[in-house]
Formats: sequence, C-alpha cells, structure tokens
Amino acid sequence: MSEQTDQTTQLSCQELVELLTDYLDGALPPDEHARFEEHVTICQGCGVYLEQMRTTIRLLGRLPVPALPPGAEGELLDAFRGWRSA
Amino acid sequence: MALAESAESQLLDALRAGDESAFADLVREYQLSLVRVARIYVSTQAAAEEVAQETWLGVLNGLDRFEGRSSLRTWIFRILTNIAKTRAQRDGRTLPFSALQNPARVPEAALDADRFLDPEHPRWPGHWAVRPEAWPEDALISAETQGLLAEAIEALPASQRAVISLRDIEGWSSEEVRNALEISETNQRVLLHRARSKVRRALESYLDENA
Repeated sequence: MSEQTDQTTQLSCQELVELLTDYLDGALPPDEHARFEEHVTICQGCGVYLEQMRTTIRLLGRLPVPALPPGAEGELLDAFRGWRSA
Repeated sequence: MALAESAESQLLDALRAGDESAFADLVREYQLSLVRVARIYVSTQAAAEEVAQETWLGVLNGLDRFEGRSSLRTWIFRILTNIAKTRAQRDGRTLPFSALQNPARVPEAALDADRFLDPEHPRWPGHWAVRPEAWPEDALISAETQGLLAEAIEALPASQRAVISLRDIEGWSSEEVRNALEISETNQRVLLHRARSKVRRALESYLDENA
C-alpha cells in the first residue's frame, strides 16, 4: 500500500470552513476530526475563522428575547383563564 | 437544554393546576421560536403569528392528555407544525419542503469562492486568498451588534432561521431540533451551517465597514 502524501490527506481551508458546524457538533469521523484540528493549529486564517464562528454562536446565545406584542399575550392569558374555568 | 424531567413535571402540574404565571412564562419562552418555525410553512409574519396563537390554544386543549412521551417542548412544536401545515394547505401554498427536507440539493458555500485561492493552485490550493482578521473583543458588545444579529437572522430563508433560532438562540440540542422539525440530523446541520455562516459574514462586513 502506498503511503498517502500530505497533499492528499490535508484539508484545504476552503474545505475546512464547510466542515465547521460538523466539527463543533462533534459529528466528524475521527480521522477527519484529527485532520481538522491539525489544520487549525497550523493555519492562522482557519484558527481565526473558527474563533469568529464561536464568537458568533456566543453572541447569538446572548440575544435578549423580544417581548410579545401586548395584545397577543393578553389574548393568550384570557384563553388560559377560559380553559382553567372550563 | 431541555428542562430536566422533574422541572418539566413541576411545570405541567402548575399548568394543570391553572397557574397563570407558569403559562405566561411558557408563552414568553417559546413564542418567538414558534413564530419562526411557522414561517417555514406559511408565507407571512401575520399568518405565522396566528399559527402560534392557535398552537397555544391547541396546547391548552391537549394538556390534560399530554403523557410526557416526548418532552413538553417537542410536543408543543409538533402541534405547531401540524397547524402550520394545515394552514399552508388551506392557503393553497406549495410547501417549500425541499428547503427543509433536502437543503443539500441546492449547493451554498459558506464563503464566496474568491476568498480562496484556486483549488488547482500549485502551492496553496484552496488556501485563503483573503484571510479573516481576528475580531477586536470589545467591538461586538454593543447594542448595535444585537440589532445587526437580529437583522441578519431576519434575512435568512425561513428554514435556516428556524434552525439557528432553536440551536443558537434558544440553545436546543441538535436532537431536539430534529424532533421538533422532523428533519434528519444531516439536514439540520446543513441548515444550521448555512445560517451561521451568513450571520458570521454579516458581523464581518459590519466590522470591516467600521474598522
């Protein structure tokens, strides 16, 4: 069996950005996961990109929940009272 | 994270006992996501809000029969999906199921191809042509950023918006999202990936413009 060269086993940056969500979800097969991690440790651009995606997710998790339109909430609470007394 | 089982059964007890504040909390927690998921099926925001409203009535009607075979929220979103589908049919809308059930049919890259060198480049195939720059920590804490994120999410196709809302804004697990939307794990991840990539791009352009 011939030994694979780096060129065939390495991920390109363009391929890596498409695997990011799979990586963060822990859904990559072990060999691909290892190649991903190897790539981001040596490639500054991809390391930054990964960090930016983590920041994006963190910011999304901190978005305040917008309030319901006042009418909608009142209507639902009325419905709840009606249901309770039924 | 799903409510722990004990917390969920406490909530159910409170609802069944007629605790109004428990119901108000539940509505506040899920309303936005219900509307976003409904938007996958119906064409307007107003119709989606009506579907959400109807869902709550369905929840109240079914509460005494709910047996806890799924989590409470999965059950709520199933009710929503059924109402939304019925509504879409009634409105004669051809359902954009392909966007939900087969998103990979239409390819969509996370970044424009010109961000990368040619895949046939002799030395650096597919390597960054324009490398992303690290974001300054303090540039993203502003209220402006929140507005920007909200806009970026609003601009997404409905199925991507629904998935990113549940996963990243509400913090659901991929399994819960799959169950609530009745989609495969792969499709869930494709939609999430596309949504996150676009939101990241929106932040990047904002920082570039304000650099």
